[in-house]
Amino acid sequence: MNLGPHADFIVAAYAVTVFVVAGLIAWVVLDYSAQRRILGDLEERGVTRRSQRRDE
Amino acid sequence: MAIIDLANPTRFLALVNRVLPWLAAITLLLFAVGLLRAMNAPDDYQQGATVKIMFLHVPAAWLSMMGWGLMSVAALGTLVSRHPLADVAGKAAAPVGAAFTFICLITGSLWGRPTWGTYWVWDARLTSMLVLFLLYLGVLALYWTAEDPGRGSRAAAVLSLVGAVNIPIIKFSVDWWNTLHQPASILRMGGSAIDPSILWPLLIMALAFTGLFFTLHLAAMRNEILRRRVRSMRIMQAQEARA
Repeated sequence: MNLGPHADFIVAAYAVTVFVVAGLIAWVVLDYSAQRRILGDLEERGVTRRSQRRDE
Repeated sequence: MAIIDLANPTRFLALVNRVLPWLAAITLLLFAVGLLRAMNAPDDYQQGATVKIMFLHVPAAWLSMMGWGLMSVAALGTLVSRHPLADVAGKAAAPVGAAFTFICLITGSLWGRPTWGTYWVWDARLTSMLVLFLLYLGVLALYWTAEDPGRGSRAAAVLSLVGAVNIPIIKFSVDWWNTLHQPASILRMGGSAIDPSILWPLLIMALAFTGLFFTLHLAAMRNEILRRRVRSMRIMQAQEARA
């Protein structure tokens, strides 16, 4: 594939996009595991939400 | 399950857990096909290979506007029906929409230098897109810095509705004003002006970006619901400790 005389601009555009999308994915995945860990800790200590108490 | 049942966060979480892996897989597949077609698409007769930047720039632009549209609908849900899931949807869409707007601005700038001879010009399309990015940052600031989450959400919802005025300005800026940015060439009266050999990869990439947006949005909504559970549990814990 020949990207011509402006290859640097094309490669830079794809690189920036990959970087931003990778950052978004990392943020979502790390945030999910953090929230799950905190919820697990709270539940282990016996803390429950009001709605959970109603269900019991 | 009726649609209204999904308004319950617990049921919504169960649905997200089921749907998310499928949506992510379809998105990956669309990106694989779209990128393959984009890399093998012919060069433009005027712009040469730089037309390949369009496969990122145009979908990112569409999704940045769709993201704000989604936030505006969610804002109505927050302000009118005061449904917590509407607020969750708006808050989760803001960082994703901001990131897509950022991609649009940067790729547009990198496309503009070889095509127009400049990275940036203060024409109506580019400026209104920059305004959209700043509006996204404003909404994020309201969500992330408000001491009272409820007040922050209402303020962000009002800004989302006010900012919706900018969406038709972005869309029609190239018709209303004399701009360096080209006029609409895909969504226009009389059909697309783009050759099918370039249009099809663009449409597949647009679908892939849409899949990516909704995958990230649903995942961010799930995180936000969990964050609110953590918050309410900590409040319960503090109240019990005081009692």
